[in-house]
Amino acid sequence: MTGFTTNVQLIYVLAAACFVIGLHLMNSPATARRGNQVSIAGMVIAGVATLILLIHDGTVTATGWIVLISGALIGSAVGLYAAQTIKMTAVPQLVSMFNSVGGGAAALVAIYSYYQAESNVGGVLGSTTVFTVLDLIIGSVTFSGSIIAAGKLQGVIGGQPIIFKGSRLINLALAVVAIGTAAFMFSTASLPALLIVVLASLGFGVMMVLPIGGADMPVVISLLNAFTGTAVAMAGFVIGNWALIVAGALVGASGGILTKLMADAMNRSLVNIIVGGFGTGDSIAAVGGPVDAQVRSIAADDAAIQLAYASKVIIVPGYGLAAAQAQHGVAELGKILEDRGIEVSYAIHPVAGRMPGHMNVLLAEANVPYPQLVEMDDINPEFARTDVALVIGANDVTNPAARRPGNEISGMPILDVDQAKSIIVIKRSMGHGYAGLENELYFNPKTSMYFADAKKAMTELSSAVKTLVA
Amino acid sequence: MSTALVTDLTIFVLALLVGIEVIGKVPATLHTPLMSATNSIHGIVLAGALLIGVTAHNPVGYVLAFIAAVFAAANVVGGYVVTGRMLKMFRKKAAPPPASRGQVSQEGLESLNGHKGLRGLAGKVGIGRAQS
Repeated sequence: MTGFTTNVQLIYVLAAACFVIGLHLMNSPATARRGNQVSIAGMVIAGVATLILLIHDGTVTATGWIVLISGALIGSAVGLYAAQTIKMTAVPQLVSMFNSVGGGAAALVAIYSYYQAESNVGGVLGSTTVFTVLDLIIGSVTFSGSIIAAGKLQGVIGGQPIIFKGSRLINLALAVVAIGTAAFMFSTASLPALLIVVLASLGFGVMMVLPIGGADMPVVISLLNAFTGTAVAMAGFVIGNWALIVAGALVGASGGILTKLMADAMNRSLVNIIVGGFGTGDSIAAVGGPVDAQVRSIAADDAAIQLAYASKVIIVPGYGLAAAQAQHGVAELGKILEDRGIEVSYAIHPVAGRMPGHMNVLLAEANVPYPQLVEMDDINPEFARTDVALVIGANDVTNPAARRPGNEISGMPILDVDQAKSIIVIKRSMGHGYAGLENELYFNPKTSMYFADAKKAMTELSSAVKTLVA
Repeated sequence: MSTALVTDLTIFVLALLVGIEVIGKVPATLHTPLMSATNSIHGIVLAGALLIGVTAHNPVGYVLAFIAAVFAAANVVGGYVVTGRMLKMFRKKAAPPPASRGQVSQEGLESLNGHKGLRGLAGKVGIGRAQS
């Protein structure tokens, strides 16, 4: 390392500090925007430092510059367009695609570095390290796995767990091939071996995500996020760049923490989730199955009466809300109730939706102030003094069966919706939730079922309440 | 094991610990923006992609550098923009509803005459409504 590049490394340290401070500022919604700006400043600093290195080095050919600049411009344009036009309900897919390209870029750094060393006679063995190999494997797994995850979230690939006979054997075989060939690369310089490692890892990524069902997506996205971070850190080792190492480690830590939080919130181990989802998947049953005699069904007017004369209402949103794009309707209803002096808050289960914190973003988009969005542990004691709990498109996270041992969701932390004085559940049909389990909440004598699409239900409820109080 | 490697490893381990410490405190409300923000941070791999350019002097090198640059640039730019979009939506108080904006903005303007620079901001965060 020459004196000049050492000095540039110092600029990278500054960039890394910006990333840490930026993330620290995300501890509160009030400072989070500034956090993002500090983080952007760090990225600009890192970008400038890299350009200084490239220019000072002077070995980049004219073609090289054209390739780099056009690549960066095209990528930026694509990223900008996607980020500006994406709907908030589709953010999980976008995040997954960014994971994918990030992991892919990290893998390419390793591929290039191996290719480059291989063409220098005798150079490859000395410079092939465990980091090159890890970068290759993790980056490739993330690349293909995230594409599958995005496909599932977008609905291009079925959301239900896809498991076929022998799929686990294929997984195992791919892992063995990838790791075995990678080990071989240490002793023999071989581009075909590199190709085999990449292909086996890509295959493994696909096979790893396919059997995971839609409702487990918060865990998967967090895990792939952690993978991307790790791959980027490995790329940092490969090219000896501190900024990549620090940034990658930060992302790896963040993804790891979120993965654990999400898995805990479902009371399932990571292994359990990756090995395969519950039997039935989370497809919302379209058939309005036979309504059990014990279930009480009500219309918009009755629900409106209950809501309009309550003094405290808690709204419990779930994935059904996102699927029906009903966030604005919910916010409008909440506003109408608030204007009547009713205390309205929203109970947010950690795994509601398709990525960590998904519901918060949707409701924020619909203009719900964030102090009204209350986390599970804080809202649970409130249900007992709540007049109406309005459940919209949430299922398993409200099922009291979780408190009893001996079923699929036993031990999973739930929202204590059944403690409320009365409960209104908005649901399209009596279809089961992700766990394939009957929700005991629906058979509670205090519960009324309002069968409708969430968005339509919100419009009907809002106008019914307005007519009632006019 | 070389000194450089030991340094790199030290940085890696310390950064991991810092990450765990800093991110462990982020409230669930911000988990999606947090994930999106860390997503843009791993776009730093753009630096790695660009540095390929130093030694890339043949078609294979150019192609790899090009794809890596496209991927990483999309990651970093898109990540920051979508994070910014999300964070902009998190408000402490509801913004004024469009129907009553005329009346609100008038009051808002009066109370904000002395703070011209804040006017745009006030409209966004709903200060006008809070004071009405």
